[in-house]
Amino acid sequence: MSPVQSPPAPNMPPSLPPGLASATHGRTGQDGDRRQATLAEVFPETVVDGAAPGFVIAHLPDEARPVLWIQDRLSLRESGRPYLAGMARPPEMYFLTVNRAVDVLWAMEQGLGCTGLSAVVGEVWGDPPALDFTASKRLALRSEAHAVPAWLIRRAARADLSAARERWRLASLPSLPEPDDMRAPGAPQWRAELFRARWRTPGSWVARYDHGDHALTFDHAVAATDDPDRQSRAAGALG
Amino acid sequence: MRGEVKLPDRAALSPKAPQPATTGRVTPFTGRPANAGEAKDQAPAPSAPPAPAPSRPPASRTDPDDLARAIAALQSALEAEVAQPRNLREPGLPQRTEEEAFSPIGIPQPSRAKPGTAQPSTAQPSTALAWRAGPSEEEGPKEQDGPNRKTAGRTSAAAGSIAPPERPRGLTRRILALYLPNFSMERWQRSAAARGDTLPEDLPQALAVEGTHGPVVHAINRAAGLAGVQVGARVVDMRALVPTLKLDYADLGSDRAALERLMLWSRRWCPWTAVDRSAVSGSSTGVGAGAGLVMDTTGSDHLWGGEAALMREIEEKLSGLGLSSQLAIAPTHGAAWALSRFGAVREICTADSLALRMGSLPVRALRLDGQTVLLLKRLGLKTVGELAAVPRLSLARRFSQAALPGNPLLRLDQMMGQLAEPVSAPDDPPRFAVQAKLAEPVQDPEPHLPALVAELCQGMAAAGFGARRLTLTVYRSDGEVSHLDATTSQPSRAAGHLLRLFEGKLDRIDPGFGFDLITLAASVAEKMGVVQARLDGQPEEGPDMAQLVDRLSARFGPRSLRRPAMRESHVPERREVWAPAMAGPPRRPEPGTLPRPVRLFDPPEEVRVIYAVPEGPPAQFVWRRVTHRVARFAGPERIAPEWWADLPGTRLRDYYRIEDHTGRRFWLYREGVQEDGRGGDPRWFIHGIFA
Repeated sequence: MSPVQSPPAPNMPPSLPPGLASATHGRTGQDGDRRQATLAEVFPETVVDGAAPGFVIAHLPDEARPVLWIQDRLSLRESGRPYLAGMARPPEMYFLTVNRAVDVLWAMEQGLGCTGLSAVVGEVWGDPPALDFTASKRLALRSEAHAVPAWLIRRAARADLSAARERWRLASLPSLPEPDDMRAPGAPQWRAELFRARWRTPGSWVARYDHGDHALTFDHAVAATDDPDRQSRAAGALG
Repeated sequence: MRGEVKLPDRAALSPKAPQPATTGRVTPFTGRPANAGEAKDQAPAPSAPPAPAPSRPPASRTDPDDLARAIAALQSALEAEVAQPRNLREPGLPQRTEEEAFSPIGIPQPSRAKPGTAQPSTAQPSTALAWRAGPSEEEGPKEQDGPNRKTAGRTSAAAGSIAPPERPRGLTRRILALYLPNFSMERWQRSAAARGDTLPEDLPQALAVEGTHGPVVHAINRAAGLAGVQVGARVVDMRALVPTLKLDYADLGSDRAALERLMLWSRRWCPWTAVDRSAVSGSSTGVGAGAGLVMDTTGSDHLWGGEAALMREIEEKLSGLGLSSQLAIAPTHGAAWALSRFGAVREICTADSLALRMGSLPVRALRLDGQTVLLLKRLGLKTVGELAAVPRLSLARRFSQAALPGNPLLRLDQMMGQLAEPVSAPDDPPRFAVQAKLAEPVQDPEPHLPALVAELCQGMAAAGFGARRLTLTVYRSDGEVSHLDATTSQPSRAAGHLLRLFEGKLDRIDPGFGFDLITLAASVAEKMGVVQARLDGQPEEGPDMAQLVDRLSARFGPRSLRRPAMRESHVPERREVWAPAMAGPPRRPEPGTLPRPVRLFDPPEEVRVIYAVPEGPPAQFVWRRVTHRVARFAGPERIAPEWWADLPGTRLRDYYRIEDHTGRRFWLYREGVQEDGRGGDPRWFIHGIFA
């Protein structure tokens, strides 16, 4: 079972090509196509937003192979460490803390050469000079050569030149209503904007994550807006 | 190993085993008809003079033809033995001496059990009598005069009446037992001195281990012993007795490892050195928590100037290490063990005096467990001699099912040499090291490293080993020495992989004026099998992952790469403990059942909260100078402190899942409640972020 459902026909926005999600982690989707594992970048809207790590975790394959998760010190201090109890299908995890961004890139490169890993996730703070087009291209090529998906979470960063095959911008949306308790937050919703993609048309969706099934669904597009009040009003109407 | 029960196998006894010096004087005297028969059939019988040639037994022993003849003679004698009277003592004795020399070589000695001979009950009194009389009057092993006297003595030596009178076999070895009565305590004191927190000697100190009903005393120092602290007693009792007792927990694993190292170190005296695992621990035996080594010093004592000098040397060297020791040398392991614990200082026991010396020792000296010692005491058997006087059949019937530590018969046989108990010394651990001597001092060791690693890996592959830790040592020409270490999570002998572990580390070496000697050693090596590659040609995942772990740990330090170790705890930060990945492979964690965040702040960050009611959820909070208005919340979920792990006064936590006005979800908790008597107003913390 793929952790990310292929978007079903009725809910599909026309801009979302088939096999979008399965392409991101190199597994065969329900429709049978096999897309290459590659490097994807995720830019959270704010530093402490849980949407970015949640989105990456939703894409981690439900496999026995371990995951290598690399953080630099600033990311660890500002946004906390991964907590396995909050994951629906917690993988075996190797957790590496390094000092500099260049060490994150070196360790990611080492991990991407190891086919025993199911994914490599790196967190880089800011815009280090080491993370340029060449470095991202090295990661992308290595990831594609060894079929190990790579994710780069970039906090407090500008979306500069990069060779990442997919670049996402993530933000939290007000959650779905909890059926048992109207005051409580329910299943999470994120605004996922694919603003650069190599193999598909960019677009913007509302991503919903079902914690119990470890399934991610992409829903109707929302207008890209920077106005949080409007979103909260929309959420209030929703909930 | 030494612990297993070996039945006496006469046929398997080596022909070289009998002692050449003692064969001549060994003459079991019981007047067995077999001997008489042999004597008659043997060629020299007619010309048997009363004072025969002493040189003959060795000659006959070495000649296989003579041996075959002797066997045939014995067999024919056995058939005719019924007719033989038992009073042939005077005329036949010299010949008997001669023939008896064959007995250890493998001639079955069933003559004692023959129905025609005296039944055991009649044989016993005589041997028991002789046993007391025996060794005292026997001194010289070589002289042949007075065969009557000697026969009497040797019969006694043959383990009294448990075994029918028989020449002790296998008594040619010289076994040294080394007893370290205070090994745990002395090792602990030594490590404390190395840490720099050594305590005065006159302060009572004790080490404890966990017992069934709380900690029990494992080792004590001299001051504690004088104050009345007993090994094996419960700690609470001893604390009541000696309130100033300084207590620490014993590290049994380190003790064992230290004893193994000491065993290897002790091979300086003799190569056959092993850890004495037959030491029964337990308070009832009174042996306590000491440790022991056993050495087979046969043939190596002369290198140290004799056995007495050897023992003095060992004791001196060990006291230099801060270890008190008790030593003894005896022909068997059991006897040496007993004498080292219960004998005199540096006692030496010869094969002749073995039975007499052992007879006076308590039955505890037989390496029996506490229950058996108690049982023997209730049976009224206090000494080895008393036990030996019991008919063998009765002992065998009673203890036939008992294992070795609870079987006094087998232990007695081991002590007397009836049951073989060789010292099985483990092999020395192999050592892998290569070096490169350079003609000229160089500044950079890197070009020499590939050849060194390749040579080292070749050596390890030949021996079937893999390196867990590599040490690169660089000797500078001005005398400075620097080391570099690299560790691996699994044993490895892949040259390319090991070489990469030193990547980026060589810069830390200060070359000075250059160095002229480089050594590379596998300082920790483990056995490593050859793994077959998969049939479909896919690369194996295991070694791949292990090499990745090695590389990352070597580069960033073993504390940087971690894996989760799951604990049974409902305190969120204690549920996952991050352990170094070098310790082992990760375990796939179980998913949680309660809603939990995907990120956790460690430690939690304090927030300022505005709430409507003190016990209720927050209405608004300020975190990192940003105000968040609470749109929705769930909770509280109360998590109480773990009283068995937390300090007293730790407050409970009420967790809330909060969603703020922008849709971000947080995990907040209030530490404590109002008026819980554990501090002032409760504080609020943010502990995690939900997806």
